[in-house]
Amino acid sequence: AGKTKVDDDVLDDLEESLISADVGVETTLRIIERIQKRAKEEKYLNTSELNNILKSEILSMLAENTAPESKDPVQATKPYVIMVVGVNGVGKTTTIGKLAYMFKNQGKKVLLGAADTFRAAAVDQLTIWAERVDVPIVKQQMGADPASVAFDTLKSAVSNDIDVVIIDTAGRLHNKVNLMNELSKIRRVMQKLLPDAPHEVLLVLDGSTGQNAFMQAKEFTSATDVTAMALTKLDGTAKGGVVLGISDQFKIPVKYIGVGEKMTDLKIFDRTEFVESLFRNV
Amino acid sequence: MFENLTDRLERSFKILKGEGKITEINVAETVKDIRKALIEADVNYKVAKSFTDDIKRKALGMNVLTAVKPGQLMVKLVHDELAALMGGKAEDIDLSGNPSVILIAGLQGSGKTTFSAKLANYLKSKKGKHPMLVAGDVYRPAAIEQLKVLGEQINVPVFTIPDSKDPVSIAKDAIKEAKKNGQDVVIIDTAGRLAIDEEMMKEVESIKKAVSPNEILFVVDSMTGQDAVNTAKEFNDRLDFNGVVLTKLDGDTRGGAALSIRAVVDKPIKFVSTGEKMETLDVFHPDRMADRILGM
Ligand SMILES: Nc1nc2c(ncn2[C@@H]2O[C@H](COP(=O)(O)OP(=O)(O)OP(=O)(O)O)[C@@H](O)[C@H]2O)c(=O)[nH]1
Ligand SMILES: Nc1nc2c(ncn2[C@@H]2O[C@H](COP(=O)(O)OP(=O)(O)OP(=O)(O)O)[C@@H](O)[C@H]2O)c(=O)[nH]1
Ligand SMILES: [K+]
Ligand SMILES: [Mg+2]
Ligand SMILES: [Mg+2]
Repeated sequence: AGKTKVDDDVLDDLEESLISADVGVETTLRIIERIQKRAKEEKYLNTSELNNILKSEILSMLAENTAPESKDPVQATKPYVIMVVGVNGVGKTTTIGKLAYMFKNQGKKVLLGAADTFRAAAVDQLTIWAERVDVPIVKQQMGADPASVAFDTLKSAVSNDIDVVIIDTAGRLHNKVNLMNELSKIRRVMQKLLPDAPHEVLLVLDGSTGQNAFMQAKEFTSATDVTAMALTKLDGTAKGGVVLGISDQFKIPVKYIGVGEKMTDLKIFDRTEFVESLFRNV
Repeated sequence: MFENLTDRLERSFKILKGEGKITEINVAETVKDIRKALIEADVNYKVAKSFTDDIKRKALGMNVLTAVKPGQLMVKLVHDELAALMGGKAEDIDLSGNPSVILIAGLQGSGKTTFSAKLANYLKSKKGKHPMLVAGDVYRPAAIEQLKVLGEQINVPVFTIPDSKDPVSIAKDAIKEAKKNGQDVVIIDTAGRLAIDEEMMKEVESIKKAVSPNEILFVVDSMTGQDAVNTAKEFNDRLDFNGVVLTKLDGDTRGGAALSIRAVVDKPIKFVSTGEKMETLDVFHPDRMADRILGM
């Protein structure tokens, strides 16, 4: 026999799963309200129907990737410039290594720009990645102006027929105004050479981050017009559920996920798989 | 993200009082608000639940409802309980060894290497120690170089074995070297690892076994969400660490992970890290942390 309302225990369990996946209170309550509403409209719901509704509601919160697979933006613009930003230690430099590997395998000419001139041995780290993947890198000495490194990188890209440029930046907490302004400056300086650059601003979020990721998305978006997100460290037990609310509110798609420390550990974000994983017990 | 908790509770109590029938159910409602605030601050769901269940019991025992400002009293209760839970027996780190060995462990990117150097700097400048740093991360690209650069900045020697892929022998050799050179503290930086990475967890257990550290510190990013409990529990089961280091508190995170970890492993938070510069290390203040979690 059917039920006209979803029972409270089921909703409590659902609430716990969502909160435990870092979805956050507000977003969780919104999802639950939507489910209750649909359950009311559709009158009859068994568990599997409920699950389907749940998954479709959550799917609808994840912004569609603006670039349909058929029209590869990297193909259309040359050089295609990706600037990678995020707070400290989330996995920016590693993600760049993985992206370089991915693009190179697609037959593209890749160039890296070492615009983190601040953190100890950041340039060395990116240099090792460039060697691993076997792509060129533009760098200056530690402490150099990051905007000037980015500019040099673009100049080199133009004269060397490069397809994809990826600019590393120093990790910075989003509440540090000076450091956020520095990002805007890097952008502006790149635009002197290529007015449309950067074509992509990739915000890297650590999958184990809680609700603070919201603030990160908000502040990085307002400083640099973030166009896509990468969610890292999903090979652990954390679920990264905070991106649901972020993607929904800021309409920024998650484009990549990181699932390890090797160059092959990058995946294209799959919405369905992600939603499944939210409810998968560890 | 949400309005000040005191105001919110004051308002809901006012409504309750207006109704003239303040009951246990009303308190339960307020407790729900508090739970929500804690979860928004990244306190683990289960931890928040059991914490607020305690609060509810205490609030009823205190007759919070007959107070002139029940909201204020309630917030004070929550705040004091939070601080008490996270504080208590805040011990110093054990520097009695010769040399004292301190092992640093945690997830990838949590701030271990930076903290290792900060701790060396602190022990050198504030405690008159002669520390040595040990580069025990043989995996991450340029991890050794990173520690060397930091060591140079603070003028502390960094022990490495070029091309070695064996952190256990690096750690053992480092201690011999420290003894020879009269260095009285050895701080071993290790690679970041996931709690579910069996091979890597075994590795850090082996390091522990080989060097019998005086102190093992678990370094955790204060922005961590619900997963903090799983990770802390697993590292504690494996290493039985002595204390926790909370990093990146110069950000604007509420830092509920601090409460979750304390509740789950019952180990003291010994240091907080508040920046990328070498001097930005502080001892832990449970009171400030309680304010922070409550957004006050
Ligand atoms: N398990 C796992 N570790 C990762 C992943 N991505 C990055 N890491 C690790 O996380 C740590 C930090 O990565 P980085 O790439 O240096 O991070 P970052 O954002 O560039 O750091 P800063 O430049 O210092 O702000 C390193 O130990 C990486 O190996 C991932 O998807 N899974
Ligand atoms: N703002 C801020 N940044 C910090 C703090 N502690 C560390 N960092 C930064 O966080 C990033 C990661 O720090 P690391 O010390 O490399 O972290 P780790 O745990 O050694 O990383 P892995 O060795 O890759 O696992 C770097 O950019 C550091 O400069 C802190 O307290 N505040
Ligand atoms: K995961
Ligand atoms: Mg980096
Ligand atoms: Mg390190």
